[in-house]
Order: sequence, then C-alpha cells, then structure tokens
Amino acid sequence: MNGGQDLGGVHGLGPIDPEVDEPVFHAEWEKRAFALTLAMGFLGQWNIDRARHARESMHPAKYMTSSYYQIWIEGLIKLMLDAGLVVPGEVHLGKQEVTPRDLHREPVRADEVAVILRKGGPASRDVDTKPKFDPGNKVRAIRMNPEGHTRLPRYLRGCTGEIVTWHKGHVFPDTNAHGKGENPQHLYTVRFAARELWGAGAPANDCMHADLWESYLVPA
Amino acid sequence: MAHDSHDHHHDHHHGDEEHSDLSETALRVKALESLLVEKGYVDPAALDELIETYQTRVGPRNGARVVARAWNDAGFMEKLRTDATNAIADMGFIGRQGEHMVALENTDDTHNMVVCTLCSCYPWPVLGLPPVWYKSPPYRSRAVSDPRAVLAEFGVQLPDSKAVKVWDSTAEIRYLVIPQRPQGTGGWSEDRLATLVTRNSMIGTGLALTPDQVTS
Repeated sequence: MNGGQDLGGVHGLGPIDPEVDEPVFHAEWEKRAFALTLAMGFLGQWNIDRARHARESMHPAKYMTSSYYQIWIEGLIKLMLDAGLVVPGEVHLGKQEVTPRDLHREPVRADEVAVILRKGGPASRDVDTKPKFDPGNKVRAIRMNPEGHTRLPRYLRGCTGEIVTWHKGHVFPDTNAHGKGENPQHLYTVRFAARELWGAGAPANDCMHADLWESYLVPA
Repeated sequence: MAHDSHDHHHDHHHGDEEHSDLSETALRVKALESLLVEKGYVDPAALDELIETYQTRVGPRNGARVVARAWNDAGFMEKLRTDATNAIADMGFIGRQGEHMVALENTDDTHNMVVCTLCSCYPWPVLGLPPVWYKSPPYRSRAVSDPRAVLAEFGVQLPDSKAVKVWDSTAEIRYLVIPQRPQGTGGWSEDRLATLVTRNSMIGTGLALTPDQVTS
C-alpha cells in the first residue's frame, strides 16, 4: 500500500540525528511493548506479513510522527482486535470483559523463549516452477498501486534493473498478509543504477538493490 | 532539559493536554500487558526473558566476532560469500530475523550500506535490535535517494571513485556489511580485531575504527 511506511525518496523529514551510546530500550514501556509483540506473535494467530500490514495501515501522519514501538503497539492492538483476541473496551481499561478465545495452547513460557528465537521463521519455500530470470538479466519492476500489502516500494516501480542473485522460493507477502496463502515465488536481488531511480544528478557509480518477487518483475 | 523531560514525577494536577504522548503510551502498554496476562495469552516471565535476551545477550558484539573472523580467516570469508547463513550459524548466531543472511564485503572500490525503507528489517542475531535512527523516517527516506549525504551525516566521506551500494531489505534476506580491515592490524587476534568493529560499520553508516581510535 502507498502508506506512511513507504518512505524511500521522501523529502523534508529532517536530519538523522543518531544518538550517541544509545541504549537498547529508552523506557520501561518500550521493553514491554517489544516483548508483548513477540510473545503474542508466538501464539501463531498471524504471520509477519500481516503484522507489517497492521503497522503500515496506521494513518500516514501518525505513522511518521510515532516512535517505532508506538507503531508496534498500535499494530499489535489492531492484530488482536482483528483476530478476536480482545475487544476495544478491554484495551482501553486493561481489564477483561469477555472470555478469552481458546487458543488450545498455553502462553509461551520463559524456558521456551530461547528455542523459539533460535528456530526463527524461515521464509524459504519450495517452488515447483523454474525461475524466469537468471543473474545478469535485465528486468523492469512493474507499476502497481495495490491498496493491500506489498514489498515493492514506490521508488522502484517502473524502473529497470539487473538480476544479481536468485534466492529460490520465498513466501509471497502480498497474499500472505491477507490470509490468501503463502503462494511462494522465486525471489531475486535486483540492482538499479542510482541514475535510473533518481535522475541524472545521482552519482554515476552508485546503485540500489532490493529483494523482489518474480511477479513484481518483467523482462526489460 | 529537565523542564520538558518525559519522566518527571510531580503530582498529576494537570489537565490531560499536559500528559506527553509517551506517558500515555506507557499507560496504554501497561494496561495491555495486564489484560493479556489476565486473559492467559502471555506469561510475564516470558516477557522478561525476551527483554533480557535482547538487552544483554544478542547485540552487535556478535556481528563484530563474525567480522573479525572474516578478516583473519580467508576460508571463513569465502564461506560468508557463498553461504553466509550457515557460516554465521556455525558461530552460534542463528534464528529470528537472521534466517537468510547475506554478507556484503566493502572493498577499495565499493562501500555497502543497508536500509529497510518499508519497515525496520535488521539482522537481529548478529546486530541485536536496531537503533532508533535506523527505524526512523529520515534515514529510511534518504538512505536510498541520497546515501552520500546520509554517510556525511555519520561523518563518513567517500571519494567519488568509490561506488556506494545500498541494499533495501524488502524481503526476508538480512544483510551484514563486512567493513574493510583497518591498516596496522596485522597479526591481531580475533578478539582484539573485534574491538574495532562498530555497529554502524556493519550497517554501512560507519567504518571500522583504526587502532588509534581505540587506544586513544
């Protein structure tokens, strides 16, 4: 979606202003927001693509002015409301009003955390078609403007680049975010010359890469 | 500045408009945790364990060990080039947000820099959780459109002859930059080399420290 999250090339957002000796967390609530987001994710009621879509669905003005853990916590609330795990009044008051949904499992225990983190969530999947492109092939990123989730940023749409790496099959976020299945596709790293993306003023030697699914690409 | 600090503790006689967004968020998160514990969805001890893991055990010191080994061991560097996920997993750095790793090697001709313009993708097992600036709009917007100006803000000036290659983490591939080994470090052990490897040098917004910078 063309939301507040799609930031590549946006102007006027100010200096980067890196903090010296930045702590991992800046406040107690950030720690809890982080951990709640992961622990609720472990329950398997949504996938990473749906979670990203929940965050990017925030109003763009709010998205750009919220801290990242604020975005996470609002995204988590949306995911839980959509999944029927909580109702709005409960979120407001912090008190249970309706019976919890039976998830047929216990909450994740402390002694399970390390194993779950180590296992991670690989996105690689077998795909039974042959890859359409080989490294070195010229490709163009398609133009599209889906209202749903996509990982093809606006700054690449319509631009021509070159396949650098084939990563075999990966879960396709555009459907997986919307309960329409993993539909794995071949994934490629594609290189774009900076001048192709940003015009003649960009340095001649510089380039940008993105990891793009096969259906985002056509031969060029 | 004390007068606009978010964590002041004087009594709450003020109207709601004087509560900062952040203290409202803190209350919202607290309410949410109480609710989710009451509903039996989360165990507070598991939350503590998650926080402890990323605050103390998983962070950029992991990545620094990978880089130091790459500098000292040509065979390991070769494995990083061909199968970074397994090369890094062999050092014990594995799992969430590092399932599919690619190492990007800086050279005399090339400087690599990593961003996630669409969210905050970052290689957790080797770098831990990302700093605020990495997740924030100014970096995410300009890292792709004006990387040399971004590098200048981090104090990194590169000659025009050196190509800047930016990697936007749009999928589940996670990137680790292998900075160039500083001069004057011949014969150094991996442990000693690792002290030169900063987090930013592994994102590509910095260079590895020189021996002078760590001893001075």
